[in-house]
Amino acid sequence: MIPELGHYALVLALFVALVQSVPPLVGAATRNAAWMNVAVPAAIAQMLLVLLAYAALTWAHVVSDFSVLNVVQNSHSAKPMLYKVSGVWGNHEGSMMLWIVMLTIFGAAVALFGRNLPPTLKARVLAVQGLIGVGFLLFILITSNPFIRVVPAPIDGNDLNPLLQDPGLAFHPPFLYAGYVGFSMAFSFAVAALIEGRVDPAWARWVRPWTLAAWSTLTMGIAMGSWWAYYELGWGGWWYWDPVENASFMPWLAGTALLHSAIVVEKRDALKSWTILLAIVTFSLSLMGTFLVRSGILTSVHAFAVDPKRGIFILVLLAIATGGSLLLYSLRAPTLKAGGLFAPISREGALVLNNLLLSTATATVFIGTLYPLFLDIMKLGKVSVGAPFFNATFLPVAIPMVVAMVVGPFLSWKRADLGAALTRLWVAGVAVVIAVAVTAYVKAGGGPLLALVGIGLAAWAFVGSLVEFADRIALFRTSFRNSWNRAVHLPRSAWGMTIAHACLGLSILGMTGTSAWQTESISAMKPGDRASVAGYEFQFDGVGLVDGPNFKAERGVFTVTKDGQRVATLEPERRSYSTTRMTTTESAIHTTVFSDLYVALGDPTQNGTAWIVRIYHHPLVPWIWIGGVGMMLGGLVSLTDRRFRIGAPERRRMAGKTGGKSAPLPAE
Amino acid sequence: MKRLLLAALLALSTLAPALAVQPDEVLPDPALETRARAISQELRCLVCQNQSIDDSNAPLARDLRLLVRDRLKAGDSDDKVMEYVTDRYGDYVLLRPPFKATTLVLWVGPFAVLLLGAAGTFLFLRGRRGVAAGADTAPLSADERRRLDALLRKDD
Repeated sequence: MIPELGHYALVLALFVALVQSVPPLVGAATRNAAWMNVAVPAAIAQMLLVLLAYAALTWAHVVSDFSVLNVVQNSHSAKPMLYKVSGVWGNHEGSMMLWIVMLTIFGAAVALFGRNLPPTLKARVLAVQGLIGVGFLLFILITSNPFIRVVPAPIDGNDLNPLLQDPGLAFHPPFLYAGYVGFSMAFSFAVAALIEGRVDPAWARWVRPWTLAAWSTLTMGIAMGSWWAYYELGWGGWWYWDPVENASFMPWLAGTALLHSAIVVEKRDALKSWTILLAIVTFSLSLMGTFLVRSGILTSVHAFAVDPKRGIFILVLLAIATGGSLLLYSLRAPTLKAGGLFAPISREGALVLNNLLLSTATATVFIGTLYPLFLDIMKLGKVSVGAPFFNATFLPVAIPMVVAMVVGPFLSWKRADLGAALTRLWVAGVAVVIAVAVTAYVKAGGGPLLALVGIGLAAWAFVGSLVEFADRIALFRTSFRNSWNRAVHLPRSAWGMTIAHACLGLSILGMTGTSAWQTESISAMKPGDRASVAGYEFQFDGVGLVDGPNFKAERGVFTVTKDGQRVATLEPERRSYSTTRMTTTESAIHTTVFSDLYVALGDPTQNGTAWIVRIYHHPLVPWIWIGGVGMMLGGLVSLTDRRFRIGAPERRRMAGKTGGKSAPLPAE
Repeated sequence: MKRLLLAALLALSTLAPALAVQPDEVLPDPALETRARAISQELRCLVCQNQSIDDSNAPLARDLRLLVRDRLKAGDSDDKVMEYVTDRYGDYVLLRPPFKATTLVLWVGPFAVLLLGAAGTFLFLRGRRGVAAGADTAPLSADERRRLDALLRKDD
């Protein structure tokens, strides 16, 4: 009964989504307030209905209702409760349900909190959101219905892929999807603005918080995924340039560009047409990521050709959304009036450079990911594009981008003095020289040249961002008390920028460290054997058997010492899941801030007396994720900027009296 | 994060932890082993999805790893080893595709995008300046000229 209720709610949501889109569009065109206002209750109703459907599916998973096909295929009665709940989105149908849940929550948020939006803009934004909802609800109901029953119901289910039964991966999809779907807001605002034929700084100020929220959650989602791969796949890799990763990386790169170009629209009323285009491209890339992953085309072009129903459906959705919005763009963009003027060397100019490089980076990943598929489909031959290609093409764009990232905030709007900006950055320059020299000395030659570049870049980004902040609060140029006051009154968006930029430097440090100086020992070890890695002694004490709720595990015990001092006890596991007959490795990691000691237990050897043990020393690797989380926090801090609070664009003048503008400093 | 979205979204059952290089494969000479690892990362495991032979635990990947190490032990240079492998398995085995007609888009594409973007930006900035200059130097109307003359005369 409850799954049927969920199914019914989903169908109802489809019709509500139609009501949310068509009448408001007509109403906005004919200035009919009643028709426009329908969008608000419709958006809320659609969210409630979709939540109801999602709750029904969750209920079926939680009580292990094996008469529902989706539960049979992805659950097991002995599965821990956490994974029963996360298993709802750990499969195709459920993940699409999560997608639409996010979409309707964002839509309802605009309906509830967008009180100060101009009525026609609000109606059109909600209508476009409604149309996206229609597309995805149709997709779920026609090709991916999670409420299908099986008769007779089997006794138990097939269990969830054990690799997904992990806390890191359990919460990865919601963050990732919140990011993907969050960009739909930027898209809806862009399309609505094109229909309106007007883009102004207020528009940018409405769009930026949504973009920031989406960008922050996507950053977190990608970081979590990378962390999971690091500890779960058994050897400590953290990024593989796999097409599936690239599918999430492309919207991130484009979204980062959007975040920055929207600043120019907001502050200077320029780059409007470009920002609209970026909003369309960013969401299209999110849709394309969904297509790539959902259609199965990555597994093999052949598999896609055999069962193309889902893939074709998303492809058509993609074509309508992208094609339609680009057509609208080509018709309307020329009518958008160009705004503020600026010289090439200026804050605007720096943000244009940022956009140029980020767009090139996005295009590089796009070509590298899709071109092999294209060749294969066109039967022009097969070509492999892997990490070596991306490292060779992406880094030449990324390195100048980070170099420029530090200089940009020092440039003033309209026209700036590059020489003066660089002079103010002398401390960062000194930091780069010291960091590179120390690295070269400590590592006796420093390893690959690229590693030295990486270290220098990390120092430049981190120290340079802090120097900019110090400069802004006039640290050491005025009394400490005065600087403190300035820091407190600095806009939150300025804080956010400093945090995010500096944390990118930390991530670069981690990436460089582990790529250049990882050491390892792969050997067959008997209990009592010792191995030595990076000055640490690992003693293998033996293997015990452990029973988990739905798996059995061999748990190895390793005592780690350095110079005779005990450092840690590491207990890596090899788990066998009986239902799926799969084995997973649970590596054991001892982390200090400067490095990770990483042990993974492999297969027993032929005669059963020894195990294959992989021990790694990953220098600096934790900083990749510390930096990632920091970037997300930077985004969130920026989001709390008072100018973005609900209705801020309208109320700004009133609020100005209460001291919001007390510090006469350049914002951003 | 390689398998991550695949895992999260497709729940593929073919995923397995990447426990690739086995202890018996590791060469005693660390310098040679480092070279073997670097070469392995450039070679595709032909039966896997986007995995290098260094990451894959497929038997075919192991065979290739052993082959690479055999060639290195025989004294081949890195380039010689790559040549040896591509002669047998074709260019498809290379994760960094060679520059040829079908990969032109791949190698030139990113730089073409950068150049086009830079050209577009240049034209945009120049065009904007043109607009600005045009706006600034719009000829004065007869009426404005008369008023300006009047003002200037008053100054004298």
